[in-house]
Amino acid sequence: MSNSPSITAPAGDYKPAGSTAGTAGGIGAPMSARRKFLMGATSAVGAVGTAAIVAPFVASWFPSERAKAAGAPVEVEIGTIEPGMLVRAEWRGQPVWIVKRTPEMLATLDNIKGRLADPDSKSPQQPSYAQNATRSIRPDLLVLVGICTHLGCSPTDRLQPASDWVGGFYCPCHGSIFDLAGRVFSGMPAPTNLVVPPYMFVNDNRLRIGEDSKGA
Amino acid sequence: MSRIAAAGQGLLEWVDARFPLVSTWKYHMSEYYAPKNFNFWYYFGSLAVVVLVLQILTGIFLTMNYKPDANLAFGSVEYIMRDVSGGWFIRYAHSTGASMFFIVVYLHMMRALLYGSYRKPRELLWILGCMMYLLLMAEAFLGYLLPWGQMSFWGAQVIVNLFSSVPFIGPDLAVWIRGDFLVSDATLNRFFALHVIALPLVLVGLVFLHLVALHEVGSNNPDGIEIKKKKDPVTGRPLDGIPFFPYYIVKDLIGIVVFLMVFAAILFFGPEMGGYFLEYNNFLPADPLQTPAHIAPVWYFTPFYAMLRAVPAMMGTQFWGVLVMGAAVIILFFLPWLDRSPVRSIRYKGPIFKAALTVFVVSFLILGYLGVATTDVWGKVPDALPLIGGVEVATLVSRVLTLAYFAFFLAMPWYSAIDRTKPEPERVTG
Repeated sequence: MSNSPSITAPAGDYKPAGSTAGTAGGIGAPMSARRKFLMGATSAVGAVGTAAIVAPFVASWFPSERAKAAGAPVEVEIGTIEPGMLVRAEWRGQPVWIVKRTPEMLATLDNIKGRLADPDSKSPQQPSYAQNATRSIRPDLLVLVGICTHLGCSPTDRLQPASDWVGGFYCPCHGSIFDLAGRVFSGMPAPTNLVVPPYMFVNDNRLRIGEDSKGA
Repeated sequence: MSRIAAAGQGLLEWVDARFPLVSTWKYHMSEYYAPKNFNFWYYFGSLAVVVLVLQILTGIFLTMNYKPDANLAFGSVEYIMRDVSGGWFIRYAHSTGASMFFIVVYLHMMRALLYGSYRKPRELLWILGCMMYLLLMAEAFLGYLLPWGQMSFWGAQVIVNLFSSVPFIGPDLAVWIRGDFLVSDATLNRFFALHVIALPLVLVGLVFLHLVALHEVGSNNPDGIEIKKKKDPVTGRPLDGIPFFPYYIVKDLIGIVVFLMVFAAILFFGPEMGGYFLEYNNFLPADPLQTPAHIAPVWYFTPFYAMLRAVPAMMGTQFWGVLVMGAAVIILFFLPWLDRSPVRSIRYKGPIFKAALTVFVVSFLILGYLGVATTDVWGKVPDALPLIGGVEVATLVSRVLTLAYFAFFLAMPWYSAIDRTKPEPERVTG
């Protein structure tokens, strides 16, 4: 093409007042201090404006008010749970397990302490009232959020001990193993014990998950 | 000249006075000189464009019946499969297309590795390609949630939870991505928006930039030498170049025909590919209370997934595995500066590079297999052995191969420089 536009603007056009630097406008051409300042100030104001516009878009990705309100406590009937049985409840869309442990099951908890990553539940994965040897309020009744602390799968319950299995939970996704108190074995992909949710006993036969006597 | 031809000529001139039609056509087609020695490996670039177009086309038609709602999504996909006329074809074309996209892209990347297509002056071309690969993985992951099956749900649960292992901001970041405290309707809805418009838009833009960058520097070739160095003194055309139109258009059309035959064969006779293209568990509706007994990502993610699994939790966090997995993709971007060989093509590279590339490809394939298998697939190392006793063999192999994968890149500046290369020819060979 014969009349292709050149990068530099025609002389006289766009030339800043008081500029000493020949034709302005070309990439990398010198700019007067005044023009530089005006460009910088305009860019800064533009950046603030852009950030202000981005904010509501970013905020829209956080849980909505409805999602936040969905975390109401749930109640579970526990009178009918047989020893050695697991019952599933749903709280905040997550599985919660209620396991009634037999005396034999409870006996395993002490024997395997040496093979666990956090046998004394030091990391804050449970309310203070469950930071004990059985990780529960009532020794026999275990309440756990059934979500693996590795990447959020729901482990499978294999409660009954076998020759090569102490009894507990096995995560099918990445092979993490937890004991009958939800404590993780050492060397597993999961870094911490399973979470004990806040809970309380409404009466002997009724359990409330998501709320405890402290009103959590 | 007939009157119709004259009218056509007139119209062309009218357009050309207002839009660079003829010059664009010449620059990118009839006077774009590509090396004359392209081989089989050079089909996959154009095939990737074909699959992209197919995915966009089938995707648009799927949205006409799909419902991005946690209560309706699974049912709407089944509705497409059973009740919508031709719906099964469109859906299977889209799901098969996803796997075919990755097959084509992996082969396209393999070509670049073989012939040094990432070397100067094609670094930016390679980086744009890596960005597209990353984006394609994101696109595939987002799309996999949409049918709202068991694998959709738990796959998304695992991948989003990867972000929660980021130090300090992780848990909040995961909640922000999900829009809820677990994968839910909010997650599905936003993944739908990202999958059908946001990412495809960026992907198409990157394809455009990739082609602009390619046509600026010119195509590499199996000999890895610049055809621009030997030009006809009179015409100024590369002596070893032939115009893209008509020669490579015709060649690519043959490739497309063969590709579509393979595509159709899969689509009609094995769209699920034995559970590798569409996993069986995804024909069950998502159940947030029950993880399937065995979960694995779709095949194209499995090498990286195997790396993730291979790294144990250390110092109370599983962030290391996530870091390794991320690094495995990001390291690709640096390839142009890691290769210090005096030659580009595998044809003239020395035995060390050839061995390294072989180890790399084999590692990637075995990792890919281990990523779909359970960790106990190869049993355990006998307890009697010191250090590694009792560890699962598959985990151990994954660790070794992960190291091999990274060694291919990290040791490249060294081994590619000392390797005994052959001299490059002056002109392209057959």
